[in-house]
Amino acid sequence: MPEIRISQPVPQPEPAPASEPAAAALAPEPSTIRRFLLARGNSAFSDYLFKVLMVLCALSIFVIVLLIGYELVVQSRLTWVQSGIKFFYTAFVDPDTHLPQYWDPVNGHFSALPFIYGTLVSSFLSLLLAVPLAVGVAVFLTEMCPGLLRAPLSFLTELLAAIPSIIYGLWALFVLVPLLRQYVNPLLVKTLGWSGFFDDSNPTGLGYFASGIILAIMILPIISSLTREVMTAVPHSQREAVLALGATRWEMIRTGVLRNARIGIVGAIILGLGRALGETMAVTMVIGNTPEIHRSLLANGSSMAAVIANEFAEATSDLHRSALVEIALALFIVTIIVNAFAQLLVWAVTRGTPSQAR
Amino acid sequence: MGVSIEVQNLNAWYGANHTLQDINLNIPANHATALIGPSGCGKSTFVRCLNRMHETNPIARVTGSVKIGGRDIYEDAKPVEIRRRVGMVFQRPNPFPTMSIYDNVAAGLKLNGFRKRHELDEVVEKSLKNSALWDEVKDDLKKKSGASLSGGQQQRLCIARALAVDPEVLLMDEPASALDPVSTSKIEDLIFQLKSQYTIVIVTHNMQQAARVAEKTGFFLNGRMVEFDSTHKIFTNPSDKRTEDYITGRFG
Repeated sequence: MPEIRISQPVPQPEPAPASEPAAAALAPEPSTIRRFLLARGNSAFSDYLFKVLMVLCALSIFVIVLLIGYELVVQSRLTWVQSGIKFFYTAFVDPDTHLPQYWDPVNGHFSALPFIYGTLVSSFLSLLLAVPLAVGVAVFLTEMCPGLLRAPLSFLTELLAAIPSIIYGLWALFVLVPLLRQYVNPLLVKTLGWSGFFDDSNPTGLGYFASGIILAIMILPIISSLTREVMTAVPHSQREAVLALGATRWEMIRTGVLRNARIGIVGAIILGLGRALGETMAVTMVIGNTPEIHRSLLANGSSMAAVIANEFAEATSDLHRSALVEIALALFIVTIIVNAFAQLLVWAVTRGTPSQAR
Repeated sequence: MGVSIEVQNLNAWYGANHTLQDINLNIPANHATALIGPSGCGKSTFVRCLNRMHETNPIARVTGSVKIGGRDIYEDAKPVEIRRRVGMVFQRPNPFPTMSIYDNVAAGLKLNGFRKRHELDEVVEKSLKNSALWDEVKDDLKKKSGASLSGGQQQRLCIARALAVDPEVLLMDEPASALDPVSTSKIEDLIFQLKSQYTIVIVTHNMQQAARVAEKTGFFLNGRMVEFDSTHKIFTNPSDKRTEDYITGRFG
């Protein structure tokens, strides 16, 4: 067999040359395999190289995040210098009409408020819709699903996460929005219109509600698969303990499983929130893209991600561009914090509960 | 007060594995009955058939009849109501880690919708006294979590939790096998005191433990019950050669 050298052996004093005569004195001849392995040396250099490469890979993540952060800070300086923290909560009030002008690139008035509002409203709406459904799916899959159905069902839920957001956006635009416009929204206005959250001023079917629904569908797989994971991490003995007390199936799930997994479930929900906050394409397509603030969920609005996607290419003035970057910076910071917090919670649960360890 | 258990032609399977074969025995009320035998002989499966926990495993199957207090638990009862009458203590202590000591003991009652605060306090105190844990935990009943106790205390907490629902039968599946000798002797003292009020069935690997706490002992081997008699007879003059071999340590 020819010599195969993955790495050059570093110059080394003793093993190969020194041991050969010694070995020859005792045994007749070292075997081919032994000679081959001895010739490889101690492989210290290749080990070192591997370590350096991996550290560089890991460091690149930090570098990328830092560069993004740095760039966002630098690019948004203009707005920061002009409006400071007020950028996030005030509006320019038109002296003639006394109406607030949140976002007027032509006259140079910029405020992030309607976008923050739109992002928060659509995200929390999506949590409201997705969380019960996702937890329900997870409970069914871990606790009561017949084995035959489990694999296809969990595959389908995971598949939802793999669909590109533009597809969701198109589906929302051509299927969901007409459906809302014709059937759901009129019904909501009729039954819940008194609350002020549903009024019929917007005939398009677009708006916060439509984006909330599409976001709910998009974050459902994340929440349900993570919830499933933390529920599976609950030791079986906990379920038996509750069952032995005479619990029904629901009581067992509530006391023995959900209660023990609650921190992880909260983590899963926050992770879903993180995705909802940053989601751009699908939301841009259905939220209506008007920089206004409305109480009605059926009204048009805009979100932080949506305004950046919509206007960045057309932003001609420096101030306009800098305002958009500042919105991006705010979104960047919020999503990083939300995600880190969520991962921490999920990790806290799945690393092994104390009762299991004993 | 405890009730007697009559088992007739009990067979149990895990998948294709016939783990219990034609078990027949009568367990007397208000006594402790020990089940001994080597690992995998079916004694744990047997006690799990007495509160229908066996069937919580999807591949498990049971035939035959088990009458607890004269009522056939497989014919005319649902698992949930059986488990409200038959308490169980598991091999490994399994308190609820997210609940306080108090809530752990009250869990069975709260689960079933029992909400009378004052009576709940009394039940918790009585159960913890019965399980000889009261003095050690009375000061932080609601402060400490069930998981913060030591292993032996956790197991006594689990006994208190089982006692709180005032069961007619108490099943114990190797309750002391995960504990140190001191905790073990506490659990044994406990069984000794409790057996006048409850029918206790205890599975154990430890033959001295069976001899110390039980009036009756059954010996299981390979899914069959080889011998069931008074503990004294089993340990001094067994009728079956296999029982003798086992208790004298020749195998198992």
